[in-house]
Amino acid sequence: MLDISDLHVEVDGIEKLHDINLHIGQGETHILMGPNGSGKSTLLKAVMGFGGYKITSGSIVFKGKEIIGMPIHERAHLGIGMMFQHPPTISGLKLGKLLAATSHLGSDAIEALAQSVNMEKFLTRDTNVGFSGGEIKRSEVLQLKVQQPDFLMLDEPESGVDLENMNLMGKEIAGLLEKDVHIVNRRKSGLIITHTGYILDYLEADQGHVLIDGRIRCHGNPREILRAVKDKGYGECLRCQQM
Amino acid sequence: MPTDVGDIEQISEKDRERLALTGLEVGMQNRCGSFFQIDQDVIQTTCGAEGVEMLPIKAALEKYDWVKDYYWNAVSKDKDKYTQYLAKQENPQGLVVIAREGVKVEMPLQACLFLRDEPVQHVHNIFIAQEGSEINIISGCASSWQKEHGAHIGVTEIYVGKGAKVTSTMIHNWNPGISVFPRSATVVEEDGTFLSNYVCMQPVRQINMYPTARLIGKNAVARFSSIVVATPGSTLDLGSRTILAAENTSTELVTRAITTGGTIISRGHILGEKDNTRGHIECKGLILKDGIIHAIPEIEGTLTGTELSHEAAVGKIARNEIEYLMARGLSEEEATATIIRGFLDVKISGLPAVLQTQIDAAIDKAESGF
Repeated sequence: MLDISDLHVEVDGIEKLHDINLHIGQGETHILMGPNGSGKSTLLKAVMGFGGYKITSGSIVFKGKEIIGMPIHERAHLGIGMMFQHPPTISGLKLGKLLAATSHLGSDAIEALAQSVNMEKFLTRDTNVGFSGGEIKRSEVLQLKVQQPDFLMLDEPESGVDLENMNLMGKEIAGLLEKDVHIVNRRKSGLIITHTGYILDYLEADQGHVLIDGRIRCHGNPREILRAVKDKGYGECLRCQQM
Repeated sequence: MPTDVGDIEQISEKDRERLALTGLEVGMQNRCGSFFQIDQDVIQTTCGAEGVEMLPIKAALEKYDWVKDYYWNAVSKDKDKYTQYLAKQENPQGLVVIAREGVKVEMPLQACLFLRDEPVQHVHNIFIAQEGSEINIISGCASSWQKEHGAHIGVTEIYVGKGAKVTSTMIHNWNPGISVFPRSATVVEEDGTFLSNYVCMQPVRQINMYPTARLIGKNAVARFSSIVVATPGSTLDLGSRTILAAENTSTELVTRAITTGGTIISRGHILGEKDNTRGHIECKGLILKDGIIHAIPEIEGTLTGTELSHEAAVGKIARNEIEYLMARGLSEEEATATIIRGFLDVKISGLPAVLQTQIDAAIDKAESGF
């Protein structure tokens, strides 16, 4: 579904990602770990196509199409969706209006989806304005449920979320990734940035990657990587010469 | 019930469309009274609401001796050259609305002031809401589509009695060569509420106004909301002022300003001079194309018991907001329009749905031009 090859990305004239190679097949979920500032969010934003993330070389092929140079909304139409870690607040734009503007769903369908993530009272509130950590995540999940992307990029879905919300979030994300569908028929793929690995309590991931200083240092079983990082920290990854 | 707007036949189809955008309902489905003045001719005054009277100003001054106490009272004749010009007129025109004690009418009255053939239109309006009454007035001011130059000078004096509530919504639809000088003032008595809404999103040469509300009775409230767009060549010098002249009074002045190349000066002034008074000024400006938005909020307190604040922000649409919506599938243009629509969405509590619909229609019409 997604093939990233030899990707180099610059932000403000400084190269932040070096020679990234990543292949995510249909139905697969991958976990991306790494210390703060290692470039994880940069990778997601470069794939989404945000301004300020300049691709100096390499390629990003999604569903067989090169998407470098494609406007953000065309990538969204192609099936890429993103859960933002720090979404902007949009003063005056009601969440319900945003959902109506970005979909063909009627108000009843939107209301029902909002209820499924306890967000029905927020439809008449300005988007993300004054939302708590958990509310922001639920708002993001709601937007993705409306959008139904084939490939989900989730930027730290656990951060700022209490236990009760984490339970809801975990189940909803598993649903978005069609974890309830048999692996043979599963169409949805995902790339999840996580520091804690809590999300793995709710869904199985197929592969894990560790990104340090803009380079992928390790590919492997996500639970083993998580355990290794918990036990020995990222310093061990730097010393590891496996790759 | 009132009849249709009289002599509407003499107005061209194109002008009727322009007037409709200022809130004029020819069929009067959602209006309980109507006043229509073309240049200096009053062609219609009709009111079907019991306990509410609409009269041309001359008729009102002749019919009720006491109306003269309200004439040039809230606004001083000598305020400036425009009020002096109006005071000199031997044949004043304009509308007087009188809402009798305790009468509450939710359906709006409409006042339409249409500049068509004369170089200058002048009007003097007086709205009197007696104790416990409630009225909504929608004033639509427009010029004919073929009118190249001209001026509109208007004085409006509003008196909100004890426990009364007046909602005044003014929608302007002028031409690039028209200059407009409204001079308005409102006096609000104890427990009274005054809501003023102003919308101007079409080209005009200049508009200059600074309406003032004086809250003279305890617990009185005033709220001014303005939604304005300055197109290239337009200069909008707008402000609103509230004087908190009694205990427990409060006010809010809210402005959303957009320039697509014109100039907006957004003034605001709150004077807190009594205990337990509160006031807030909020001005948000979007510069879509190079132009000027100059916010000048002033808050002035004279004793410890007043709490006044202001916030003003001027800038362009944040890139990350546009990209956020693009990531949900909107094109850059769609994302921008959606954000602008939200920016202008100033829902005013207590505003009747029909007035909100009118404001939304004016926004929708202007938006297609962004």
